[in-house]
Amino acid sequence: MSTRSLTLALALLAGLAMAAAPALAQTPGVTATEIKIGNTNPYSGPASAYGTIGKVISAYVKKVNDEGGVNGRKINFVTLDDGYSPPKTVEMVRRLVEQDQVALVFQTLGTPTNSAIHKYMNQQKVPHLFVATGATKWGDPKNFPWTMGWQPNYQAEGHIYAQYALKNVKDPKIGILYQNDDYGKDYVKGLKDGLGEAGRKLIVMEQTYEVTDPTIDSQIVNLKNSGANVFFNVTIPKFAVQAIKKSHDIGWKPVHLLNQVSASVGVVMRPAGAEASRDIVSTQYLKDPTDPEWDNDAAMKDWRAFMAKYYPEGNTKDAFNVYGYLVTQTLVHVIKQAGNDLSRANIMKQAANIKDLSLPLLLPGIKINTSPTDFYPIEQEQLIRFDGEKWVRFGELYDASKK
Amino acid sequence: MTRPQTTDAPALAASSPAARAAFGFWRIVGFVVLFAVALALPFLLSNFRLFQFTLVFVYAIALLGLNILTGYNGQISLGHAAFYAVGAYTTAIMIDKWDVHYALTIPVAGVLCLVAGFLFGIPALRLEGLYLALATFALSLAVPQILKYFEHWTGGSQGIVLSKPAPPLGLPLTPDQWLYVFSLAILVILFVLATNLLAGRTGRAIVAIRDNPIAAQAMGIHTALYKSLVFGVSAAYTGVAGALSAITIAFVAPDAFNVFLSITFLVGIVVGGLASISGAIFGAFFIQFVPNWAQDISKAAPWAIYGIFLIVFMYVMPRGIAGTIRLAWARLGRRLL
Repeated sequence: MSTRSLTLALALLAGLAMAAAPALAQTPGVTATEIKIGNTNPYSGPASAYGTIGKVISAYVKKVNDEGGVNGRKINFVTLDDGYSPPKTVEMVRRLVEQDQVALVFQTLGTPTNSAIHKYMNQQKVPHLFVATGATKWGDPKNFPWTMGWQPNYQAEGHIYAQYALKNVKDPKIGILYQNDDYGKDYVKGLKDGLGEAGRKLIVMEQTYEVTDPTIDSQIVNLKNSGANVFFNVTIPKFAVQAIKKSHDIGWKPVHLLNQVSASVGVVMRPAGAEASRDIVSTQYLKDPTDPEWDNDAAMKDWRAFMAKYYPEGNTKDAFNVYGYLVTQTLVHVIKQAGNDLSRANIMKQAANIKDLSLPLLLPGIKINTSPTDFYPIEQEQLIRFDGEKWVRFGELYDASKK
Repeated sequence: MTRPQTTDAPALAASSPAARAAFGFWRIVGFVVLFAVALALPFLLSNFRLFQFTLVFVYAIALLGLNILTGYNGQISLGHAAFYAVGAYTTAIMIDKWDVHYALTIPVAGVLCLVAGFLFGIPALRLEGLYLALATFALSLAVPQILKYFEHWTGGSQGIVLSKPAPPLGLPLTPDQWLYVFSLAILVILFVLATNLLAGRTGRAIVAIRDNPIAAQAMGIHTALYKSLVFGVSAAYTGVAGALSAITIAFVAPDAFNVFLSITFLVGIVVGGLASISGAIFGAFFIQFVPNWAQDISKAAPWAIYGIFLIVFMYVMPRGIAGTIRLAWARLGRRLL
């Protein structure tokens, strides 16, 4: 390389650097016409049943953009497959933040996967909003001010089941089946806290499974033999179906408390069979699309029209598709509320400043609230019982924030 | 049964000594250029790309380990994710529990896996071919669950979160640039060691056992000892790679070390080139980048696209990338000289 061409190259580089400098002052991913949002979802791998959430979010974003975007900005939603593998999540999220330069990361799915990026997001000071996991650790504004959950957390839900069992079951003997990770243990902790010191003795057996296990048949048999008359079932959909079928097949008829994670009629209850899944109790915070009660509900009609137009291949019986729709509405609310200041700090500030937001597809009375010290957006839940066809609500709203 | 061939032998045997000398010369030039480029990259690429390249180096070390075992010695392993996990957890636990300097954990991970691999290699002596593949497959299945069992040490399925190391001596590098250089250095050291190991007497013995174990024994090679040692060395390489991966990703969780990772390694050495040292690097590029490309091409069916890539690669380059390059070079050399 001659001196002249070297000089030229250096000059070019300097020019590029200067051209890039003003852009650094703004939030990455935000222009006058666009806000770029990143996401990872398990489109492949063991948890791919959740992949529909990523798809319904993409569809809802398309609808928002067709209607003119948020404050005149279109949302550019970049979603990548991490196969539910933590190292892949790290790679994909680093790509989103550092290469694709997204303004924020939204709805990354899974507890181990989000754990892998938790520290990174907070070091980079990139909003890590409304993660798709109910673990309790996502609401820790003191140590992780850039991370926020969305759905009711697992401990709060475990609490409700404890109160239900204490109040409604005579001489309860509780058997627990849970996934051997944070998610499962969170639920069990919630249940134990809810039972209190004295109530803990009511737990006659705890069984666990690994997400990689092929079946949980032996655990169900053990639980039956323990003499438990309350079954606290903390499993993801695939294992929930197995648990419901197996306990029915071996003639075990406890009071069956199924975690909300698997309370999907389309994915769990129907495949398990009407007879086997009758009288199972769970909790709910959103309107179930299979519940005929909502057939004439305006919000449900809007959602069906949305599904038909933007996500026709999606399952309209799958509550995950309602979930994805609602969580994206919450995000849109935050971006709208942030107005023209889409700095990362302001997005986070607005996410922590949601006041009594009621979305039409949430159950009546449930409102989303956050504050700088409260990073748990949804804290109210409703008990429901399966009648063989659909979930039926019963009892009052339970509010975990008013313990 | 056809055995994998040392890729350079048939191609170069047919060429003249002059071509062979030219090949040797250009090969050295090629490595020097490659090394220079590799050293320049940290100052040209973004931190994210450097992170990806660091992962390529990590995979290359693991693939080299597996290639020594499978490519050179003919023992098939579907269990190398297990050694990778042992390496990763050794590092993670030492840093997390005892605050050991990250660089010191790497040789420990290597030695631990050397011993583990050697010990596993002894019973494995009784198993050949597909039976060995199944035994190692079992190892792969067992390790994630064992890791979850010792929750006190391993953090259970929650894993262990680490911090990225800062560059030493106040070097003006980002953590990603530093890790890139650090992994590259380890990669070069391990590749030089492997080249020396495989080029001499020991290497010939290892290959002889693969090609004809009875003849090898008749010539005085202690087959059993060699096979177990090769297993140990192979595991040690993979363990070092696992240790580096823990430092690079700054997180370990049992579900990351599943059977699929073992199969990915096997794919890597076959695509890169069996019984080839440079093949490990090509294979590492393949397993790191091709799944991402597949996803960019089709969000709906990335693994179908990946499968197509794999079939095309195997069809077009049956000897792997390294084998194809050598063959092409030999043909070119014959024509020119």
